Amino acid sequence: MHRRYTRGTLLRELALVVAAGFFCLPFYLVFAIALETTAETVKTPLSFPASPQWGNFSAAWNAAGRSGLGSALVSSVVITVSSVVGLIVLGSLGAYAIARRRSRLSDFVYILFVLGIILPFQLAIIPLYVAMGRLGLVGTYAGLIVLNIGLLMPLTIFLYTGFIRALPRDYEEAARVDGAGILQAYLRVVFPLLLPITGTVAVLTGIIVWNEFFVALLFLLGSRSETLPVALYSLYIESGIPQWNLLFAGIGITLAPILAFYLFAQRHLIRGFATGIKG
Amino acid sequence: MFFSRWAGRLRRRGLDEVPWLFALPAVVALFAFHFVPIVFGGYYAFTDWDGLSHASWVGLQNFRRIAGDQFARSVLWHTLELATCFVLLVNAIGLALALALNRAVKTRNVLRVIFFAPVALSPLAISFVWQWIFVPQGALNRVLDAAGLSSLQRDWLGDPSTALWMVLVVMVWQFTGLAMVLYLAGLQQIPEEIEEAALVDGASDWLRLRKIVLPLLAPAITVSVTLTFIIGMRVFDQILGLTGGGPAVGQTETLGTQIYEQLFQFGRYGYGAAFSVVLTVIVLGLALLQLIFLRMNERRL
Repeated sequence: MHRRYTRGTLLRELALVVAAGFFCLPFYLVFAIALETTAETVKTPLSFPASPQWGNFSAAWNAAGRSGLGSALVSSVVITVSSVVGLIVLGSLGAYAIARRRSRLSDFVYILFVLGIILPFQLAIIPLYVAMGRLGLVGTYAGLIVLNIGLLMPLTIFLYTGFIRALPRDYEEAARVDGAGILQAYLRVVFPLLLPITGTVAVLTGIIVWNEFFVALLFLLGSRSETLPVALYSLYIESGIPQWNLLFAGIGITLAPILAFYLFAQRHLIRGFATGIKG
Repeated sequence: MFFSRWAGRLRRRGLDEVPWLFALPAVVALFAFHFVPIVFGGYYAFTDWDGLSHASWVGLQNFRRIAGDQFARSVLWHTLELATCFVLLVNAIGLALALALNRAVKTRNVLRVIFFAPVALSPLAISFVWQWIFVPQGALNRVLDAAGLSSLQRDWLGDPSTALWMVLVVMVWQFTGLAMVLYLAGLQQIPEEIEEAALVDGASDWLRLRKIVLPLLAPAITVSVTLTFIIGMRVFDQILGLTGGGPAVGQTETLGTQIYEQLFQFGRYGYGAAFSVVLTVIVLGLALLQLIFLRMNERRL
């Protein structure tokens, strides 16, 4: 009844579309500025450059970070994929035990994980940095992957446990009655049923790891394994006075894969962020 | 008959059959990367450790220095100011957007995807883009010039009276979509019949919002306020990408950037850890207070 499309609705819709247009301006700027000459970046108004300088992209590709954006892109992909796979394997298995054991102990363990989400990690990062330095893991892929898995485990457990608790036991019990071992039942029956939440976990933790800057800056700045945000920061500080067109080309290269991925997986991502509402 | 009894027994035993071993790696990760380092970090806060030599216990000295130092106090103040304004603005605008999008609008799915997009992007990269908007020759001043408002032009990030607020603008732009999505999820759980009943009874829009929608949104408000508060207290990327803590030393420093500087530029591990303890206590304390307060509200309604 109140969902009728009235003139008021039309006005509201127009206002929203205009707001969304303004909201998108920064995205337009990234690609407009990235294609300008250095002189244009300080002179021309906000129009799109007359002769796009596509060379800026290759210049930024080669200039950023210790060994260019290409290497940073590889680092970002390796670190993100490995961290997400590790989180899914260890997180789903752990949450399965926590969700299926209904005891005071499992409730307590679950609360510990929730506490792990809320506690600021800044306090933990100092001893972790020292410990990983002693183990020779600072500046390596392995170090950052292990760290990401450790830091995001509480969130992963939280998401998986909520989902598994709502999952009926019938299927796995049928498999057990048919003689499957517990691990086999988990792999063959339970894990496939977790696919929707696994998608959410993958997209959510993947985006967090991909954009992570604080930890990556501490552990990777100046190393061969710099991720995209760290390489971008190097490009920014090394140029002294920022060369906006190169920096924006670098930003474009950094944002493009994630924007494409976002448009492809937005349903999962938006649901992932909205999951907290049920808790 | 026999089979069902056997299955029942398996079912009862089945409750305890998933071995704790499955959870071992996750629990080890939780302790190794959260609780144990936090305890160690808490210990460092009471020492004069520089990361290399022997750490000696100095009691509350680091905390006394924070309390007595005007610079440190201004850092704490900036952080709280920024986080509070951030929570208020992001939730007010996010809620308004959610209410506007929730009903009848045809482009709602596209608009939702647009408003949420910045949440998925690197805060650092986004901050660089906004830095260019705010620099003296940047987009904002050019637009003001073209609009005949050149008297309003200024060095937005170089002026101590505006720099911190520009950081706030960028944070709000990036995370409003997050609050919006949380409120949209909450709105979808409100049964249409309730709103319709109120409409039939002749309740005005404002009355319906205050008496029906907002109370039923209480859980979403709790989640959104808590989450955005945690994000606001941790701000780091935006400061590095926009002002580097400046314009003059420390004018837009927050706890996050201070911890980074104390540790990795000055090697004051003990002092930096004390800052982290302050951050932890504030975040936990306020998050708990918020949670209790908002939950109480939820109950009362």
